[in-house]
Amino acid sequence: MIPESHRFPDRAGLALADEGLRLALDRARQGFIGNRRKAVDALPEFQALREAARRIKEHTLSNLDLYLERFEAQVSASGGQVHWAADASEARARIIDICRRAGARTVTKGKSMVGEEVALNEALEEAGLEVVETDLGEYIIQLAGETPSHIVAPAIHKTREQIRDLFTEHHAPLGLDAPGLGNAELVARAREVLRRDFLRADVGITGANFLIAESGSTVIVTNEGNGDLSNTLPRVHVVIAGIEKVLPGHEDLSTILRLLARSATGQEMSVYTTVSTGPRRSEDLDGPEEFHVVLVDNGRSAMLGGEFREMLRCIRCGACLNHCPVYHAVGGHAYGWVYTGPMGSVLTPLIVGLDDAWHLPNACTLNGRCEEMCPMSIPLPSMLRKLRTRGFERGLGSRTTRLGLAAWGFLARRPALYRPLTGAAMSVMGWLGRRRGAFRRLPLAGGWTSARDLPAPEGETFQRAWRRRRAGR
Amino acid sequence: MTADARARVLGAVRSGLRVDPAEVESRRQAIEARLAACEVHVRPRVEGDLEARFAEKVVLVASTFASVEGIEGVSRAVADYLEGQGLEKDIVVTTDPLLARVRWSNEFALARRAADPGDRVSVTGAWAGIAETGTLVFVSDRATPTTLNFMPETHVAVLARDRLVAHLEDVWAMLRTERTGLPRTVNFITGPSRTGDIELQLEIGAHGPRHLHVLLVDT
Repeated sequence: MIPESHRFPDRAGLALADEGLRLALDRARQGFIGNRRKAVDALPEFQALREAARRIKEHTLSNLDLYLERFEAQVSASGGQVHWAADASEARARIIDICRRAGARTVTKGKSMVGEEVALNEALEEAGLEVVETDLGEYIIQLAGETPSHIVAPAIHKTREQIRDLFTEHHAPLGLDAPGLGNAELVARAREVLRRDFLRADVGITGANFLIAESGSTVIVTNEGNGDLSNTLPRVHVVIAGIEKVLPGHEDLSTILRLLARSATGQEMSVYTTVSTGPRRSEDLDGPEEFHVVLVDNGRSAMLGGEFREMLRCIRCGACLNHCPVYHAVGGHAYGWVYTGPMGSVLTPLIVGLDDAWHLPNACTLNGRCEEMCPMSIPLPSMLRKLRTRGFERGLGSRTTRLGLAAWGFLARRPALYRPLTGAAMSVMGWLGRRRGAFRRLPLAGGWTSARDLPAPEGETFQRAWRRRRAGR
Repeated sequence: MTADARARVLGAVRSGLRVDPAEVESRRQAIEARLAACEVHVRPRVEGDLEARFAEKVVLVASTFASVEGIEGVSRAVADYLEGQGLEKDIVVTTDPLLARVRWSNEFALARRAADPGDRVSVTGAWAGIAETGTLVFVSDRATPTTLNFMPETHVAVLARDRLVAHLEDVWAMLRTERTGLPRTVNFITGPSRTGDIELQLEIGAHGPRHLHVLLVDT
């Protein structure tokens, strides 16, 4: 999809006015937070696992070149093929090429965030292929022509009525009536329709939660089973994965798996964890005849050497979204691209550019919950702060904000000027606001006072009150 | 062009890491040594009886559980389960060493093959079970096709008591010693298929089996 992150303020405003979205986001907040809490509390080893996972991933990133080479060698040894893509357009071209060589007409897809990142579906459709998303959430938003609003639950913003209407409209050509409104009926309908697609697809495309250098395996972690039907029934299995997904061995995988499901959905283990290694063996009765892995860089190698390297530890669990007050207020679509919430506010500027995504690192209260919840201990708030600094240095932001920040910066570095000026301002404001105790409107602070009152200062600065108290002791 | 992309990506990774080309060999030896060590990191404590823990976890993830005394009890246990569910005794079974020993009573209509779209019930031999999380492990093989774990609505998994281990890591160790190289597919399955994609309400039975029944056999 074309990034629309520059429209964050408009989109956030629309989202805040959307009552249906409010309800959906409330439900999500309560569900995800409570389930994760229970799962983490039930595991005394959680913090130790977190520390081990951080070490494993740091070790892997420090040797990423070698682990990627080893992964590739193992894929080849098991009869599969690795393809490399430096950017999104190369990734699309590689996969279209694989589909063409296979003479494919229909593709079923398991959920893949990097697939969304490189806008794979649109490209495959332009190349004349029929593409069917098979994860229920992805299927719903594909029918609606939308993008995911949550990395784990892509259709979190949709109500059952909207889903029923989409099914009624899109299933009519198949000769199917409107389904009932019950959850079970809607899920059963999707199962029935998509089962036909699995059986006729030529190529199955899945993402990968992990790649294992030890064995050349790709790993998917799912609950529905659609990923497994996609990687077993079609003749060709294509895996698309970012280069940072590689792990050394299966013991390393075990450690991180214990964090992933608990952080994402509060499960101890997702229903299906599937390790795929090469194509079907000559004696096997099922499985794909071809196995391809497309390794995508698209900005990741550039992050390795810099101050955002730690973002490459991200395992896409969604815990930071689920605990973010800004995400809960505006939902995923406001972010304007495929990655949302705190992880999206770091990744989007790094992948699509800070000029387009400048609003995202600024839409953060720096409350720190994302870092606290992150199973991989990624310092998201300090990264968001670094992006703000970077943007300021590059001249981004409105004139008023920049002038205000520059003036504050000038004063803050000159205490001899800062103290008397703020002292005077506090006395004046304290006197002006003495009757109501708050301001309804203030020049230069309209953004603040449009939604709430600004409490009036009590007449002196903190520093002065501190000095007075210490003197009086 | 792919070869060129490979060089560009790996080059970008190396320049990001500021790798000294002179050190590549020693670094490679270090990662090979780390891989060969198969070091286990942090494992949750699994205490007491493995079978009790496994049975408890299996039920918590919405599967059903029964234990069977001896291989000769399997046919009866499967028949009982299908009767209880009101299902026909029309089953596709795997031919792994455990299920190959089962003498199916003649009330069953049996098939031994990969799954077909019309199949209602599969009975498959699990390669291992993990007490930590109530997880079943299946490997793809001539005897145990993967589609049987996913396509039928009802999946009966049969696990030998002596294949039950405490942790995920134990399974990797068994795979390394008992097989040369990994099979095409290793499935770790923890409960019947489910989705939360409609209004975050949990619904059992998305694309995979709606019912997962686990039989633990003391052989």
